[in-house]
Amino acid sequence: MSSAGMPSLRLRLRNRGLDGVTLLVLPCVLFVVALFVYPFLYGLVLSFQPKDGGPLANYRAFFADPYLYDTIGKTLLIAVPATLLNVVLSVPVAMRVRLMRHQKILTTILVIPITLGTVLVAEGLLTYLGPRGWVNRFLVDFGLISAPIRLVHNYWGVMLSLVISGFPFTFLLTLSYVSGIDPALENAGRMLGARATARFYRIILPLLAPGLAITLALSFVQAFSVFPSAVLLGAPAGPTRVISIAAYQAAFEQYDYSLASAIAMIMALVQIVIVVGLLAARGLVFRGPASGGKG
Amino acid sequence: MTLVSHAFRSLRLEGITREFGAMRALSDVSLTVQRGEFIALLGPSGCGKSTALNCLAGLLPLTGGAIWLDEKRIDELDPEDRGFGMVFQNYALFPHMSVRKNIGFGLVSQRRPKDEIARRVNEALALVRLQDQADKLPGQLSGGQQQRVAIARAIVVEPPLVLMDEPLSNLDAKLRLEMRGEIRRIHNLLGCSTIYVTHDQDEALSLADRIVVLRDGRVRQIGTPEELYARPAHADVAEFMGYRNQITTQAEAVGDQVMVTIAGARLPASPIHPVSGPAVAAIRPEDVAAVADGPIMATVEAAEYRGRDFYGLARTADGVGLYFHADSRVSAGQDIRLAAPADRILVYGRDAG
Repeated sequence: MSSAGMPSLRLRLRNRGLDGVTLLVLPCVLFVVALFVYPFLYGLVLSFQPKDGGPLANYRAFFADPYLYDTIGKTLLIAVPATLLNVVLSVPVAMRVRLMRHQKILTTILVIPITLGTVLVAEGLLTYLGPRGWVNRFLVDFGLISAPIRLVHNYWGVMLSLVISGFPFTFLLTLSYVSGIDPALENAGRMLGARATARFYRIILPLLAPGLAITLALSFVQAFSVFPSAVLLGAPAGPTRVISIAAYQAAFEQYDYSLASAIAMIMALVQIVIVVGLLAARGLVFRGPASGGKG
Repeated sequence: MTLVSHAFRSLRLEGITREFGAMRALSDVSLTVQRGEFIALLGPSGCGKSTALNCLAGLLPLTGGAIWLDEKRIDELDPEDRGFGMVFQNYALFPHMSVRKNIGFGLVSQRRPKDEIARRVNEALALVRLQDQADKLPGQLSGGQQQRVAIARAIVVEPPLVLMDEPLSNLDAKLRLEMRGEIRRIHNLLGCSTIYVTHDQDEALSLADRIVVLRDGRVRQIGTPEELYARPAHADVAEFMGYRNQITTQAEAVGDQVMVTIAGARLPASPIHPVSGPAVAAIRPEDVAAVADGPIMATVEAAEYRGRDFYGLARTADGVGLYFHADSRVSAGQDIRLAAPADRILVYGRDAG
């Protein structure tokens, strides 16, 4: 390849963005391969090696047994509303917080639930929302209800926990997208006679849409893989028997790692379908910079 | 829904004041703008000119004073209800909308019929000569074209008043001159009033009918470009208007003339206010000429060629620096003689401020 007059290989590589600094990516690549790519491929292969039957036996078994395939619907029934609720709630809050001066304090408070982890939050909610918890006591004492209502060990417990632990994450993402919109654009809208509602739908929302698609995708993936709160706060044998519980039971109660891998693969597939759908929808809207100037 | 009609006689600012905490960005600014007038708010950065514009727009509430459009008090109206047009410094075009949609935004807010919107947008496009770019996104346009879209978007609703916030500051020198002409042309064509914020005195001089010089949030002088150029009311206004030589001196009245002493030479001068004693003499570099028989002796410190002539800095024996101009080549270290005509040496009292 190298002939007289051609720049050296090193120079040509550098022109393509490959130089010594590129090597710094290597540890990261190794890390991803070791902790993500390898286990994923291992699981994929394992899922086609069932205890008995042909390569597709696990998948056939999953879709033949309503106790197994129902988990997809049950998980979606929890994850989709929780995700939508989080995103829809986060937009107005982010719009307001964007204008606040002590933003840092609020964001710090909101990050705490993320750092505590879902298990601790679920344990806390268990007592807080339980029949003798503050919420029910308050409602009963003030005569709003006559008997404690059931908020845990059912659908609502999981739902609430997903909102509480998922909201900060969704909110922080949304806030960064909202803050990326040049405030001068809203002022321009005001000067052109657009009131708050019109400004939101005509200026803010179209510019926010691509960011919201990403936020929806990430929040959905988090909610779809719910496990601790579905077990601790839900009814893991009934309405909150989510797909991760099915995978867990296959692996650690039936010791069928192959079936568990197949369930995990199905779970991944559902997530991919939804995420790809969201990102494809993102391509339909404007995706340029959300600022009005030359930048 | 425009609450403010296009036809008005005058816009009055009555002692408008804006405080940010303990900081007074704008204090007690009063001004009357006639219909059709082009007013430039001129001042160095931080003088309050943009604050004044935002207060007029309604984007910043006043902390004192009032704004009247004829007999209607408007300072408590939302910007949406004032119906003023505004051209922002960074243009603030909606990046997700085509040029056509951007320009039509205000008409859509007013719920005009579709065919009327289309017609008026086309007229505005023709006015700023952007018919060929109508369906592009702002990101695909050059800075000058974006600027035109911003202007078209502001004027298409036929506002009584157009506010412009340093609209040319992001353009290169050649385009700036071109757009300056465009802005004046459009202003004359529409007959609206324009309030134009700038820190560039050339821009203000060439565009405005009247210039308002602001400093530290206060009005220092209001006048026509000619008045401001020839007779600035204060030494600091003079400095801002290009009187680069600000020489501390003594003034004395001799008969009906005022004489100032510059580097040992006594020169007749023009006092702006009656003055004697400590004074400041303000002279433009263009008016300090290197001539063979000039009364001031100085040594050239630096000189640069400007095409037609030379500009330089010379220092007298007692250390006074003078910016001057010369018709023939001068070079550093050369001894020269300088002169300035009496009517171009403006004298201000030193404590009058």
